[in-house]
Amino acid sequence: MTLPLLRLENVDKVFVKKTMMGKKSYIHAVRGITLDIQRGEALGIVGESGCGKSTLASLIIRLETLTRGKIILDGTDVTSLKEKDLRPLRRFVQIVFQDPYSSLSPRMTVEEILTEPLKIMTKLSKAEMHAKVTALLELVGMNASCLDRYPHEFSGGQRQRISIARALTTEPEILILDEPTSALDVSVQAQVLNLLNDLRQKLHLTYIFISHNLAVVKYISDRTAVMYAGQIVELGPSEKIMLEPLHPYTRELIAALPAVGKKLKPLTKAADMTENVAQERGCPYQNRCPLVDLRCKSERPPLAQFEPGHFLACWGVTKS
Amino acid sequence: MTSTDSKTTGAAAAAPILQIKDLNVTLRKEQELIPILHHVNLTVHAGEIVGLVGESGSGKSMTASAVTQLLPGGSKSLQGSINFCGEELTTKSEKEMAHYRGKEIAMIFQEPMTCLNPVFTVGQQLEDVICTHQHLQGGEAHARAIAMLENVHIKEPEKMLKAYPYELSGGMRQRAMIAIALSCSPKLLIADEPTTALDVTIQAQILGLVKEAADKAGAGVIFISHDLGVIAQVCDSIAVMYSGEIVEAGTAVEVLTTPRHPYTKALLAAIPGFTPKGAERLELCAIPGMVPDPREHMDGCRFAPRCSVCGENCTAKHPPLHVAGDGRSVCCWKEAEAGDTAITAS
Repeated sequence: MTLPLLRLENVDKVFVKKTMMGKKSYIHAVRGITLDIQRGEALGIVGESGCGKSTLASLIIRLETLTRGKIILDGTDVTSLKEKDLRPLRRFVQIVFQDPYSSLSPRMTVEEILTEPLKIMTKLSKAEMHAKVTALLELVGMNASCLDRYPHEFSGGQRQRISIARALTTEPEILILDEPTSALDVSVQAQVLNLLNDLRQKLHLTYIFISHNLAVVKYISDRTAVMYAGQIVELGPSEKIMLEPLHPYTRELIAALPAVGKKLKPLTKAADMTENVAQERGCPYQNRCPLVDLRCKSERPPLAQFEPGHFLACWGVTKS
Repeated sequence: MTSTDSKTTGAAAAAPILQIKDLNVTLRKEQELIPILHHVNLTVHAGEIVGLVGESGSGKSMTASAVTQLLPGGSKSLQGSINFCGEELTTKSEKEMAHYRGKEIAMIFQEPMTCLNPVFTVGQQLEDVICTHQHLQGGEAHARAIAMLENVHIKEPEKMLKAYPYELSGGMRQRAMIAIALSCSPKLLIADEPTTALDVTIQAQILGLVKEAADKAGAGVIFISHDLGVIAQVCDSIAVMYSGEIVEAGTAVEVLTTPRHPYTKALLAAIPGFTPKGAERLELCAIPGMVPDPREHMDGCRFAPRCSVCGENCTAKHPPLHVAGDGRSVCCWKEAEAGDTAITAS
């Protein structure tokens, strides 16, 4: 196997929260994640709110510093780089955020939004920048007449196209997409997803696609990682994860997907405010798991290969 | 939509809870007239969940606001009739409407964070509604509040009553909202995109609660969403809205399995789902363009510029509403041109 474009080694992130009384509390947001992402691959990361998927994205672009572990980008260890040495990394890895309403400055025109990264990262002349920005807008399916307009004049789908164009200005290799379609209508979501697939082919991009909706992730990504409470609980080809899920949590996610012709499951268990709190000891999913037994309560299951290319962190699922 | 639904055929004789007939709404904003709803017809029976589906700007939420008389400010003109349990709501005064809102007609909104008051506990907000509308006091109101929270499957209602909204997760907040909405046993519940801000797993639970409200409490529900997948799971009948008009209506099963309007077909095709093996990476069918500005005047069908089967007639004249018995109606020239034979045959 060739050298991965991006390698995460045992990445940990612990947030420390100080209360008014000076007491400290710890939140283990990302726990021991090891991942290899190959050049040109699209990796999906899926899980509920609070499972650490967005924290992981922030760690990769170093908006947050790691507590433990290593991030190796194209062979270089970027874990402990200083802010000013991070510039090349920022150029190399770009991100598109979830909310196209709050992630574009309302006081800048589209041209200003798109040229800002170029001014910081490159030494292009004004004319060159204008040409580049026009080409980028066309690439995302908009035309140059939009350049003088402000974000509020556009719909959610168009704003997300502008966000994507902005992320592409520095010609990144890796694009992190943090729930890029969650705020959009289904019909517009389909437009944006098609655009992302096109761009990936045209520009040979590597995607890290984050979402809570498995159907959307499957549509974009080759491999999918399912996260729960800061850990990867299942990792494998997207097709496998969707059609033959192994981990009980993945199954729960798939069962919850709304679909035409699917009947709603009756409410069985009463919800509990503490139910979703991940357990420090044993498997984090034990409170919600139908397969839970004694071992799950005492020992944390490691992410181990179940079949070639398909990894699983569960004591309950065994090969039959 | 007329009174047909497999589930309620027995009670079909009973008068509907809500009947909207030929509703037209025009807002006036700085000398400009903006027509936002055109000839909307909608009927909701007790225990029935009616889905209103369409993109942003299609008029779903405006229809709901018209029912509660909460249309955005400024002068507006409202034509047509909104009949709620025999009472005409369009002519009611603000004071009379206050009696209906929250008691007879309850609403659940999309953003549970912005709908709950952050400086009051869930208990205060829940008991407030109960005291106002049911004239219960102290202990009785408290007991009722606990019962309501148990209704929405909250294990420790006492603890929840003392919690402030920020202490709760999105799903829990939405449960609290539902408990508040159901606390006065409303006859009509309007759920405006109640699950859009939630995770898929929590979404499934909230959908279950809405369904319970209709099944157990017998409330009529208007369920608003842009996702036909979500609508499919809970609704008995569906009305598809586009640019202020209902373009297709019928029972959920019929609309979903044999969609007739090109817009309904396109919405269904836009849902990313389980593509069968081998059919990997199919192009998702996006609908090009977006919903037209309500100010834009169109002679023909309002969907024509985005329609894949748009013909000559479509841009020239507005299509007639084709009523095909059994509560099914489609507003499309293709349907009208195909003639009644095709409709009676199916």
